[in-house]
Amino acid sequence: MKENRLPDTSLRVVFLGVVLLGGLGSQTSCDNGCPSCSREESQGTTHRLDSPGVAGSSVNPKVAETAAVLEQGVAILDFKFEPETLTVSPGTKVTWVNKDDEPHTATSSVKPKRFDSGVLDTAQAYSFTFVEPGSYPYFCKLHPHMTGVIVVK
Amino acid sequence: MNEGQGALRDGVDRRGFLKCAAWAGTGLVWTVSGGVLSSRAFGQDAGAEGGRSADFMFVQISDTHIGFSKDPNKDPAATVREAIQKINALPNAPAFVLHTGDITHLAKPAEFDAAAEVLKGLKSEVHYVPGEHDVLSDETKPYLERYGKGTKGLGWRSFDHAGVHFVGLVNVVNLRASGLGYLGAEQLEWLKKDLEPVKDSTPVVVFTHMPLWTIHEKWGWGTDDSAQALQDLRRFGSVTVLNGHIHQIMQKVEGNITFHTARSLAFPQPKPGEASNPGPMKNVAADKLRDMLGITSVDVVVKRGTLALVDSTLA
Repeated sequence: MKENRLPDTSLRVVFLGVVLLGGLGSQTSCDNGCPSCSREESQGTTHRLDSPGVAGSSVNPKVAETAAVLEQGVAILDFKFEPETLTVSPGTKVTWVNKDDEPHTATSSVKPKRFDSGVLDTAQAYSFTFVEPGSYPYFCKLHPHMTGVIVVK
Repeated sequence: MNEGQGALRDGVDRRGFLKCAAWAGTGLVWTVSGGVLSSRAFGQDAGAEGGRSADFMFVQISDTHIGFSKDPNKDPAATVREAIQKINALPNAPAFVLHTGDITHLAKPAEFDAAAEVLKGLKSEVHYVPGEHDVLSDETKPYLERYGKGTKGLGWRSFDHAGVHFVGLVNVVNLRASGLGYLGAEQLEWLKKDLEPVKDSTPVVVFTHMPLWTIHEKWGWGTDDSAQALQDLRRFGSVTVLNGHIHQIMQKVEGNITFHTARSLAFPQPKPGEASNPGPMKNVAADKLRDMLGITSVDVVVKRGTLALVDSTLA
């Protein structure tokens, strides 16, 4: 499967910055104390696979390289999430980009929802870092028949 | 547009109205009489129906999407203003206008303000229900702040006019992954109670954004839990359901219930199966756009429970 990388280097720099600063301003998706929320542990730390859900506090010396590898993308195009199923390793930041002329969202299907991009107009993007292994189904709130799933393993 | 109106009781002579409303030449007249639907194009003789007077007339507009600015319409505010001009110029003023939602495109405050500014141009009062674009990500507050007065719950309510019972429903919040619209238990309970005192012979008009019958499940064109609502409506002699959302005209009759969807005033959407997605049709020549946008006028004869739905385009 073609790996979706962010094409724009400057974007990548910005996202790195976001990843490093992310722990400072937590968003509503973190308020429920969900252990897999990206922003609680987005200070460049990675998690050991044998202790899922535990917020690691050790700084990984290879953080820059890790951040570059652990980024994947989903394109929202033609009223579809592409790829519909995206499998990533724990700690991967997934970025959705809306390439359609219609606004869309990427909203977690479970309650309480794990993530919600809010409305993305054309060319707008949203990122969420998945830490805990599992399956994360989501859909577009405006066009709920549009569905996708992020599989973290 | 002002010729030959015929003798008026307290409404408009239908033939005269049709002449005046035929600004498009592409209008379709749908008449419901005793649950049987018939249609004919403008110009065809009304025949045996004769010049029956309407008791009152109202207009439905839909899907103005203020804030949208891509192909095929970079300026929906302009097309909406054109529609407003035509509505204001109708020989008999509509009793009111119903807007069946997607007032804005992204529910931004600036878009709500711009929409209000444009729609202020209507001489008639307007009753709104939201579209999913107006309550993006279940943010109902911006919509309700502006249009929630007198409504219940997430913006539903009913009112009576000249012996007709009008019900505005909200089926665009808490959309589930089924893809279809959603009314919810609280609203369905409210509807049941609201309809209780209404006589079977009272014509009922239901207006809501997403279609209450399933047109195309794959594109979310339908409402997940409308069955109970339709069950509660079955005892009435005349029920007309007016919807938007699909940006084209579709019609269906089920016993005494007539379902009718309206064109958008912003951009057309493809017919089911004619495109890979329901997004805006982009390859529309500039001179063809106005053929695909329009309004619906409804003239009502209360005692007979007949509603003549007249779809006309902006062209």
